[in-house]
Amino acid sequence: MEITFRHDVDAVLSEGRQQHKPILLDFSAAPM
Amino acid sequence: MWPDPRVVKFVGDNFLPARVHVKDDAALFQKYGDMYSAQWTPTVLELDSDGVERHRIEGFLPNDDFLAQLMLGRAQMSFAAGEWDDAERRFREIVDKLPDTDAAPEALYWAGVAPYKKTHDPSSLKKTATAFKDRYKESSWAKKASIWA
Repeated sequence: MEITFRHDVDAVLSEGRQQHKPILLDFSAAPM
Repeated sequence: MWPDPRVVKFVGDNFLPARVHVKDDAALFQKYGDMYSAQWTPTVLELDSDGVERHRIEGFLPNDDFLAQLMLGRAQMSFAAGEWDDAERRFREIVDKLPDTDAAPEALYWAGVAPYKKTHDPSSLKKTATAFKDRYKESSWAKKASIWA
C-alpha cells in the first residue's frame, strides 16, 4: 500500500480549490 | 514513513498528495520551493484547499511522530477554519492515539483552546491546565497552559 503522489502540482492545487480538499506537498530527495 | 499503512490511510482520507523531487522535478522543485520557502528535504507542507500553508514538517521523523504531525496539521486547518468541534476532536485524537509523540502536548493545549473559541467558557482552559499537571509536565506547552490554572 503506497501513496500515489502526483507531480502536476498546479493541477493538484486547482483540484484542491474545486473539491475543497487540503493538499499535501512533499519536497523530496528520496529515490523514486 | 510513507509506506506506513496508517500514514497512507490518513493521507488518502484527508489530502490530495503531490510531490516535487529535488532532482527528477528540478524546475518544479525550484518553483514551489521559492513559492513556499522550502529549502530542505524532506519538507512536507500541509496546505488548505486554497493553497495556504497551515503546517510544515521538516526533516525525517519516525512513523508515529510523522503521523502525529500530519494529524496536528490537519487539526490546525479545522481550527483556522473555525470548525471548533472538528478541531477539538482531531487534537484529542492525537493525544489519545499517539500520546508519546512530540505533537501530543501541543495537541492537548489546542484541544483546550478549541472549545473556548467556540463558547468563550474558560472552563476548558482551566481543565487543560489541570491535565498538564498530570502529563507532559516538562513540555513548553505545559508552561503555556500554566496561566490558565
